[in-house]
Amino acid sequence: MLGRILVRFVKPYWPLLVGVLVFQGAQSIASLWLPSLNADIIDTGVAQGKIDYIIQVGGIMLAVTLGQIICAIVAVYFGARLAMAFGRDLRAAIFARVGEFSEQEVSRFGAPSLITRTTNDVQQVQMLVLMTCTLIISTPILAIGGVIFAIREDPTLSWIMVVAIPVLLVAIGLIIIRMVPLFRKMQERIDGVNRILREQLTGIRVVRAFVREPVETARFGGANEALTDTAMRAGRLFALMFPIVFLVLNLSSVAVLWFGAYRIDSGDLEVGSLIAFLSYLVQILMAVLFATFLAFLLPRATVSATRIGQVLETESSVKPSVAPVTELHGTGLVELRDVEFSYPGADSPVLRGLTFDAKPGTTTAIVGSTGAGKTTLVNLLPRLFDVSTGSVLIDGVDVREVDPDLLWGRIGLVPQRAYLFSGTIASNLRYGKPDATDDELWAALEVAQGKDFVDAMPEKLDAPITQGGTNVSGGQRQRLAIARALVKRPEIYVFDDSFSALDTATDARLRAALTRAVPEATKIIVAQRVATIIDADQILVLDHGAIVARGTHSELLTTSAEYAEIVASQLSAEEAA
Amino acid sequence: MSDSEKSEAPARPAGPPRRGTGGGGPFGGMGMPTEKSITFGPSARRLIGRLRPEAIGVFFVVLLGAISVLLSVTGPKVLGMATDIIFGGAIGGQMPSGPTKAEVIAGLVAQGNQQQADLLGNIDFTPGVGIDFSALQVVLGFVLLLYVFSSVFQYVQGFVLNGITQRTVFRLRSDVESKIHRLPLSYFDKMPRGELLSRVTNDIDNVSQSLQQTLSQMLTSILTVIGVVVMMFLISPLLAAIALVAIPLTLGITVVIAKRSQKLFAAQWKHTGELNAQIEEGYSGHALVKVFGRHREVEARFGEKNEELFKASFGAQFISGIIMPATTFVGNLVYVAIAVVGGILVAGGSIKIGDVQAFIQYSRQFTQPLAQLGSLVNLLQSGVASAERVFELLDAVEQSPDPLDAASPAPTAGRLAFEHVSFRYAAETPLIDDLSLVAEPGSTVAIVGPTGAGKTTLVNLIMRFYELDGGKITLDGVDISTMTRGDLRDRTGMVLQDTWLFKGSIRDNIAYGRPDATEEEILEAATQAYVDRFVHVLPDGYDTVLDDEGSNVSAGEKQLITIARAFLSRPEVLILDEATSSVDTRTELLVQRAMQELRKARTSFVIAHRLSTIRDADLILVMEAGAIVEQGTHAQLIGKGGAYARLYEAQFAAPLEETPEGTPVGR
Repeated sequence: MLGRILVRFVKPYWPLLVGVLVFQGAQSIASLWLPSLNADIIDTGVAQGKIDYIIQVGGIMLAVTLGQIICAIVAVYFGARLAMAFGRDLRAAIFARVGEFSEQEVSRFGAPSLITRTTNDVQQVQMLVLMTCTLIISTPILAIGGVIFAIREDPTLSWIMVVAIPVLLVAIGLIIIRMVPLFRKMQERIDGVNRILREQLTGIRVVRAFVREPVETARFGGANEALTDTAMRAGRLFALMFPIVFLVLNLSSVAVLWFGAYRIDSGDLEVGSLIAFLSYLVQILMAVLFATFLAFLLPRATVSATRIGQVLETESSVKPSVAPVTELHGTGLVELRDVEFSYPGADSPVLRGLTFDAKPGTTTAIVGSTGAGKTTLVNLLPRLFDVSTGSVLIDGVDVREVDPDLLWGRIGLVPQRAYLFSGTIASNLRYGKPDATDDELWAALEVAQGKDFVDAMPEKLDAPITQGGTNVSGGQRQRLAIARALVKRPEIYVFDDSFSALDTATDARLRAALTRAVPEATKIIVAQRVATIIDADQILVLDHGAIVARGTHSELLTTSAEYAEIVASQLSAEEAA
Repeated sequence: MSDSEKSEAPARPAGPPRRGTGGGGPFGGMGMPTEKSITFGPSARRLIGRLRPEAIGVFFVVLLGAISVLLSVTGPKVLGMATDIIFGGAIGGQMPSGPTKAEVIAGLVAQGNQQQADLLGNIDFTPGVGIDFSALQVVLGFVLLLYVFSSVFQYVQGFVLNGITQRTVFRLRSDVESKIHRLPLSYFDKMPRGELLSRVTNDIDNVSQSLQQTLSQMLTSILTVIGVVVMMFLISPLLAAIALVAIPLTLGITVVIAKRSQKLFAAQWKHTGELNAQIEEGYSGHALVKVFGRHREVEARFGEKNEELFKASFGAQFISGIIMPATTFVGNLVYVAIAVVGGILVAGGSIKIGDVQAFIQYSRQFTQPLAQLGSLVNLLQSGVASAERVFELLDAVEQSPDPLDAASPAPTAGRLAFEHVSFRYAAETPLIDDLSLVAEPGSTVAIVGPTGAGKTTLVNLIMRFYELDGGKITLDGVDISTMTRGDLRDRTGMVLQDTWLFKGSIRDNIAYGRPDATEEEILEAATQAYVDRFVHVLPDGYDTVLDDEGSNVSAGEKQLITIARAFLSRPEVLILDEATSSVDTRTELLVQRAMQELRKARTSFVIAHRLSTIRDADLILVMEAGAIVEQGTHAQLIGKGGAYARLYEAQFAAPLEETPEGTPVGR
């Protein structure tokens, strides 16, 4: 997965990558050139006592050094640009993909997990690209360049390089290959240990109430031991890294001197070249040390890449129509025809055999137990989920055929969790209709019974709202969410348990105002409280995902045992009688 | 404020990560904002003090490290000696044999070739004699041994040190975990949860990482720098002085660049935070963004912020990325200087060619650890700051230990009595004052009252989550403070409003209180608590894993699972604190019926906001501001027309009178 992501997102920036390679190559050649110039100093300048020559070559070395830093900085420039552009594009791709997701995919991953994948996971992979472009890439370049320069200096002696460098790379490679899975396991185990600690802290009362401290400590102890065990093994492997690198290079230095001595003795090699050889070795050593970063970066990046890949490869279960219907003729008639919905892999469906109409100008109420499928049902209308079989029609057209913008424009959704966006009250109310006037906002607030508390705020409509709407109370949040849907003036209103945080009197006033304000709209209300739905034109009683009864309140009291039970559970004996 | 509502810091995903790279290798801490420790000294000493159980190991690590560095630092000098032998042999081999070295030099001086004479004067050679391979063999054999032993010692040192740090971190983690279980609950109330979580996870991870990296690298880096400087001065003070110029130069450049990049990094974190907020909002309000037709605007805003982050982070990474080439540049300058000056010195005969070679190797060996030390100090500082926060946790005052000769009443029906109980969370504000009540065995006691009245506090006191300030609570006549907490809680079962489930299958979560429960018992409890009803639509039924990431389990369903858990554990005293607040009323009623069975043989405390839940309790206590203002049965209290009746009105009567039809339902 890491490979595929790298190829896909680095590809558009191939000129930058070429730039990185060219300038990293140039700066590597420059730093390898220095020892060979130094060899000239020794062999020509020193051996023949030519001070002028020494200074002259020193000048060339200085120029090479300057050239080297310029190339290096340009390479860093290209590398940083490439890595950051890579991260930006990857983030954008994930964000766009999540945007296509239906609620089914969002709830499968979970919003917090999707956030982590878009932020931290991208950062991990981006860091790998950055480090590779700025540091690690110089390892192979210096290794190859080192061999080439060695051959130029003395082809016969360069066999030492040809042997030593592959040995080194193989040794490091073997260690890194073993470390990558260990590090990955270690990360998992760190997560495991942290998860247990998090659970212990959040569930501290339950742990104590059930006297499970010893069990928790044992559970933690096991995880801690497993972590330490893995960390220990990874650490031992890592402890091997530097000694091996140093040993191979130092042994090569000794070999260079020993075999070089014979070449010098026979007059085939000069001492300066010998010293240049030693310098190449040191330079390659430094480069190889940078490659050890891979051992840290790679495991994290592969795990992150896998998590990112899961998002990128998940297709939304809700796909826009290829040839969408762009015009609807009607005033918001909702029809469900034999609808079934199930989660993939589940034994039984969440919804089955649902057929009903919700006509313009009427209120349809849906009641039922926790887990009966009420929220899933209303989410089928704006296609937050798609039916498994059957169909949902709006104004006679299957919602799957309708242009999404047209469909969403027709529906005003007030979700169970009244989520507000950071900004102001006005910016939230205008969420569905950016050009709404202040008067429209106030009118909506009046219907939603929110006028008084907004009016009481010093900034009124411009009162700030924090992310999620955490700075207003639950009841206020619900009323603002309702007003937000009202400002949009859609044909169809869907209230998913939207009155639960309101006291019963406010609830009643709000519903009365709603009937007056939008008499012609189709209203679908999911509710727990009987009082909320008592005057609905039709009440659907949902149980186990099926409609077990339908009718008005007074009809259902006599025809449906389930409905009677719901009523009885909320009203005292004398009232329900 | 009820306790279940306090200290619920929302678990937001972390903001900008403190160490973006995940800190591997010498540049792990580079450019990342580091928190500075307030009291660096004492905390650092204490952190080092935690190594005490490993004292022998630490001694060996230092010893082995010193030996290893000594050996490896000697290497280049000895290699230089080998080069001198070769150079001498090469020069001697080119000359005809016969004249001695002195005669050759005298001859050169006579020819006016003073320079050549100076050069040769400092070289060991015998005219006509080539390289002395037996001497070379001895020297190279020696250096070979040096290097082999140096690597072996280095490995052994790394191996031992690894064990020391891992065991130390292991102990730190264990200490923190067991500390959690000894802290009084009041500690967890005072500390925001996110803060506490960060201490036990991020901070310990940070301590672990910085210990692992700093301990090993700090030691070798410092020793290497010292060793190399000493060797350089031994060989040539002049060249050493040139090489040492690299220190202020490297530091200066690093500081200048780091200062500039710090600002850029701050901008990068700022933009990261802004973008993350965008992402958070876009994902959390996913459905709304769609249905309100705002996906284009949201994507456009994301695109803008993403572009801003790109620009900011590119700047930061580019500028900080220059540090590496810049230090290399300084290293190269030193290299050039040594090559030139060294060459002149050798030509002048004042030092040997092998020494110049050794010098070049030393100068390379020494700029690298120097650059490393800077980032190590950064890493260490952040590690110590984290350690300090962990130590604060370890130093927190613990709850009183259980009595040694603990009382243990024989298992009975469970008569629970509060006798003149006083309690306060904060010293200044009394919450419960002189409260007395009796729950007879097998009865159901309901507690109602407005938020903040102290209902949950009563439950907390029964569970001994907090200690009383006055009076006592007795279970079957025995003061619960004379029992062990474990014994008391074994007899008491509790279901709380905020459900707590651990990552694991639904089955395991139900069996939490009784791991030895059979499959049949689990299924029975699940059926009674209406868990069985919704479990089958989940992807894996009872094996569906619950975690903090995505799951298809609603808040009400979670509550049902915790009720099943309490059903299964069969306690003597049952406490239900808003246990069904997120469950629909009909399911609640059904669960209640099942609970009646469970409640029959035991004393139950029920706290409920919905009064319908507690109508048939044997005793209803109405609490206001920490005191019981009314008690009696439902019928008695309604008849009385007091606080309970008013609460009841507010919940039920009002809407019925206001329905548009104007007639109460069901008549």
